[in-house]
Amino acid sequence: MSQDLVATLLKIAPFLGFFLGLLAPLMVWVERRGSALIQDRPGPNRLGPWGLLQPLADALKFIFKEDVTPSEADKPLYLAAPILAFLPALTTFVVLPFGPPVSVGGKTINLVVADVDSGVLLFLALSSLSVYSLVCAGYASNNKFSLIGSIRASAQLISYELAMTIAVLAVLLPVGTFRLDAVVEYQSAKMWNVVPQAIGFLVFLVAMFAETNRVPFDLPEAESELVAGYHTEYSAMRFAAFMAAEYINMMALSGLCATLYFGGWKLPFVPMPEAWLPAALVGFTGLALKICLFMCLFVWVRWTFPRFRYDQLMRLGWKVLLPLSLVNLIWVAVATLSGWM
Amino acid sequence: MVPISWYLVLAGLLFVIGTIGALTRRNGITIFLSIELMLNSVNLVIIAYSRLLGDQLGQLVVLFVMAVAAAEAAVGLALFIAIFRHRQTIDVNRLNLMRW
Amino acid sequence: MELAIFLIFALLALVSAVTVVAHRNPIYSTLSLVVTLAATAVLFVLLGAPFIATLQVLVYAGAIVVLFLFVIMLLNVGREETEGSVTRTGPGQRWGTVVGAGIFAGTLLAILWRTYGRESLDPLTEELVAIKPLAALLFDRYLLAFEVIGLLLLVAVVAAGIVARRPAAEKEG
Repeated sequence: MSQDLVATLLKIAPFLGFFLGLLAPLMVWVERRGSALIQDRPGPNRLGPWGLLQPLADALKFIFKEDVTPSEADKPLYLAAPILAFLPALTTFVVLPFGPPVSVGGKTINLVVADVDSGVLLFLALSSLSVYSLVCAGYASNNKFSLIGSIRASAQLISYELAMTIAVLAVLLPVGTFRLDAVVEYQSAKMWNVVPQAIGFLVFLVAMFAETNRVPFDLPEAESELVAGYHTEYSAMRFAAFMAAEYINMMALSGLCATLYFGGWKLPFVPMPEAWLPAALVGFTGLALKICLFMCLFVWVRWTFPRFRYDQLMRLGWKVLLPLSLVNLIWVAVATLSGWM
Repeated sequence: MVPISWYLVLAGLLFVIGTIGALTRRNGITIFLSIELMLNSVNLVIIAYSRLLGDQLGQLVVLFVMAVAAAEAAVGLALFIAIFRHRQTIDVNRLNLMRW
Repeated sequence: MELAIFLIFALLALVSAVTVVAHRNPIYSTLSLVVTLAATAVLFVLLGAPFIATLQVLVYAGAIVVLFLFVIMLLNVGREETEGSVTRTGPGQRWGTVVGAGIFAGTLLAILWRTYGRESLDPLTEELVAIKPLAALLFDRYLLAFEVIGLLLLVAVVAAGIVARRPAAEKEG
């Protein structure tokens, strides 16, 4: 029992260290420098080489700023919302496999934190809980901009979750299980899913942007109309918690996308020795590399595309993405039944 | 190992709480929530028996109950929206049009 | 270990269930229901139904209850007013509720307690936990029921759309 517990903690460690300690601050830097690059200005370049220490300064600033709670706010909910934003974001990565099974002291350990049969379903279930933080924040702030932002957010999340789930379903169909390690195995045996399921990948990608409230789907926090949407009233570390949760959500979804469509932790042309402990390191590097690529895509898109209008967003979700995902599902079903996949 | 009867008693308590809520509250939404609570406690009973008998049919039944609950929530909430549009309230004590 | 998990989450489920029923603010009631559902999901895992537990979080907590929250915010249902209600609750009514609930609870719990006593359980089998046999059962023997449920959901969606639709005359104004 305790042995399993230690193994689980050891498996959680790389994710937490990588997500929270390394990639989240780095992403702040990439985002600010990336936007500067696209807008043809220098960006933060004073602190450290190329301004790399800027996130540290940002974090310090957040810590020492005054934490304001509006007097008319619903206090318990207002204080709980940032925590609710953080929890689902931090738990979703448990189903992502990051290496081949390794054997330590005669025991085989699968390199996935939660080694359960419901794999992807668990991911979707946990990420569907993130809507509560938005609703709580919007309602508890007692501010019309916050409320409008959170109503937009919940409608958006529900709408795009549907298309995303059906796209995921199509990936699972030929594999025949919810387990993500099986999905990775399947892709290394056949080919990356992005090739036969290009439509599904497109749907998933768009839904991924919508689920994380990023441009062009950042209507819940559209600064030109809603100030900052559901976190208008938040300041200091609570605001930082929302930002960090957004980044971690992006990373977890990028990880899922990489696992479903881009071969997961397996890198092409890199032979993977089996049941060998450093294989875990190689696998995790592969997954991390793919996540980083997606994160750069997020930044690139954010500073290149304009925002959707709300009715356009709803139309895209229900009238374009949902039918597209169904078409993809039917195509995959036919292909699977006739043995092409 | 936790005896099955503990689960059953817990489910019973949840059901009673839900019943009290459905009978005493006046806010339509809260009544609805209480009914969901009762459904949930029934699910717990079914899963507990499924465990006791070692039969997966119970899990299947819960799957169906969830689907029915989803349908019920969709229609029920739509009704509340329609009622609110006409009466500007969903306090069930004020919805007394049929009484006279 | 299992006992501790059961006790913690059973208590959590009970407390949050009471909050659902007792809280004056529907938003808090709804959020407490999420806690109850999550706690029940943990109990489902203990009972060897992790798939159902996942679905409980995904479908119930992730979709149905969000719908509730959405409607509450849309209608802006505030706290339940105690005054100005058409019917008043008298003291007799209140005591009646307590006594009735007590009798109901007592009967229900006695029946549940006696139906299956404290027999020892068989250890969890792989067949009960696995998803594949469940799927085989659903798509083979109970396929008709599955299809009917699909139809029911479709009907419910159409009905909800029609009922909640704004009347044509109102749209212009």
